[in-house]
Amino acid sequence: MIPESDQPHTDDQHADEQHTDIQTPSIQTPVRPSMQHPGEAPNSRREFLRTGALFTGTVAALGGGLELLSRRPGAAAESALPGLVGQAKKALGPYDTSEPVTPYAQATGYNNFYEFGTDKADPARLAASLKPRPWTVKIDGEVKKPMTVDIDTLQSWFPLEDRIYRMRCVEGWSMVMPWLGFPLSALIRRLNPTGKAKYVQFTALLDPKQFPGQRGDVLAWPYVEGLRLDEALSPLAFMAVGLAGRVLPGQNGAPLRLVVPWKYGFKGIKSIVRITLTEKQPQTTWAQSAPGEYGFYANVNPKVDHPRWSQATERRIGELSRRPTLMFNGYADQVGSLYSNLDLRKNY
Amino acid sequence: MTEIKQTTKNAAPKPAARKAAGKLGWLGPAVVVGGLLPVAVLVLDGYSGALGANPVQRVELQTGVLTLATLGLSLACTPLRLLSGWTWPARIRKALGLLAFLYAALHFLVYLFDKGAFTGTFGVQTVVEDVLKRPFITVGFLALLSLIPLALTSFRGSVKRLGFARWTALHRLAYLAVVLGAVHYWWGVKKDHTEPLIYAVVIGVLLLARVVWKGKRKVMPSPTISS
Repeated sequence: MIPESDQPHTDDQHADEQHTDIQTPSIQTPVRPSMQHPGEAPNSRREFLRTGALFTGTVAALGGGLELLSRRPGAAAESALPGLVGQAKKALGPYDTSEPVTPYAQATGYNNFYEFGTDKADPARLAASLKPRPWTVKIDGEVKKPMTVDIDTLQSWFPLEDRIYRMRCVEGWSMVMPWLGFPLSALIRRLNPTGKAKYVQFTALLDPKQFPGQRGDVLAWPYVEGLRLDEALSPLAFMAVGLAGRVLPGQNGAPLRLVVPWKYGFKGIKSIVRITLTEKQPQTTWAQSAPGEYGFYANVNPKVDHPRWSQATERRIGELSRRPTLMFNGYADQVGSLYSNLDLRKNY
Repeated sequence: MTEIKQTTKNAAPKPAARKAAGKLGWLGPAVVVGGLLPVAVLVLDGYSGALGANPVQRVELQTGVLTLATLGLSLACTPLRLLSGWTWPARIRKALGLLAFLYAALHFLVYLFDKGAFTGTFGVQTVVEDVLKRPFITVGFLALLSLIPLALTSFRGSVKRLGFARWTALHRLAYLAVVLGAVHYWWGVKKDHTEPLIYAVVIGVLLLARVVWKGKRKVMPSPTISS
């Protein structure tokens, strides 16, 4: 402890206060500049300007610096809308939700697509570097006839349909997405799997030139996802080539992505270049990266928490308060029977 | 404490330095205004819709980073003063510390809101479970708790009331808070640990500087001026 007598004595109260500040780590509120000036010498005008400049400079430096450190890019300016490819929906289909669809700007401006970057705004900002045409998809593994097919050809095999699905991200937010595409089951049947096929593995594009995020090793590239064959044959499993009646934007996984609405969003692999029918369960990217947090199944389940947060509730994008998360994201009637013999706590 | 004496030694005999210090009256208010600027920007962004699709999450993240940044700046004051001999860093340390507490409190309030503690029925239970069950939340909560006594004893007269030694000892909680805060940030990030790593390194250097300084003092005790 510093005895009081140690403090140097000063003649004026103000200076004394200032000095105490330096000695002890506590800082008194400094006297406002405006209080110092009245009645000061002829230099006071210059002094006032100097103080004003220093004040403004410090505010700008500290405020700007903190802003720079902490600010995250907001929503990107809406990019030019891709051309229409489908018709607006007339009536809801059997798998559609009637909940209000997430606005296009948010569905295309708030995305997890680490191939572009880890920030939610990175995909929209950088999507122009992805060239979705020309694009081929390699089909191999346990199929009768392996092939490489152009995306436009593949798309022409099926009539395109709309699907308005809920999308629940493992991070605890959700959207309602008006996809356009075709059922995965139709594609699998057309590919003629052999008797050995038990799983479907999807591989995304590996190209650091088109995907700036792949220049770092945030995840093991390329992104790989997979489904059990019976999951893939569920009528809910969907391959999207469009969104809201338009060509799928780059940030949403152009030109071809998986949509499995009863699973967490990361299962919906984007920008697919290869589909492989396999005998063994595929090694999927997130399950490999953090096996304690993300599993192969990744079914939406309010009762099985993520180690770091509860999965019981979610925030629908555009809403301020949370809502309860539904079992299998509300698709229990359609897919629940697939998992009747599975311990969902172990197979998260 | 030798540190303090050193300052006394440096500053006391120089009336010129004291006069210069008197002219720094603008500094404190500038730090407060500058430090609060991000709040103003957040409010403006909120009104204009520039907070993006998930504004709650965005404010949560930003106030968290602001807490670590201001806490880190407050911890940089003493090393900067000792290295440079300037006295002004000591004058802004309290303001930076209080800003850190303000941002930590805001961060916690946004988190409570996020979990529905003010609206829903499941909110409070979720928060209690989070704090007890999830290490990531636990360390963040402990960091906030350790900042509370510091904020409460940052007022005029607190040093005198507690006694300087006790006050100093209490305010070492800032070291605990910043380490817990850095761990909280690290654990909170899903995958890309670049930014948490930068904060951890800067904070590590600031804390290490203190250890080194203390070690040096033991080797070469500086002359005391107290009788």
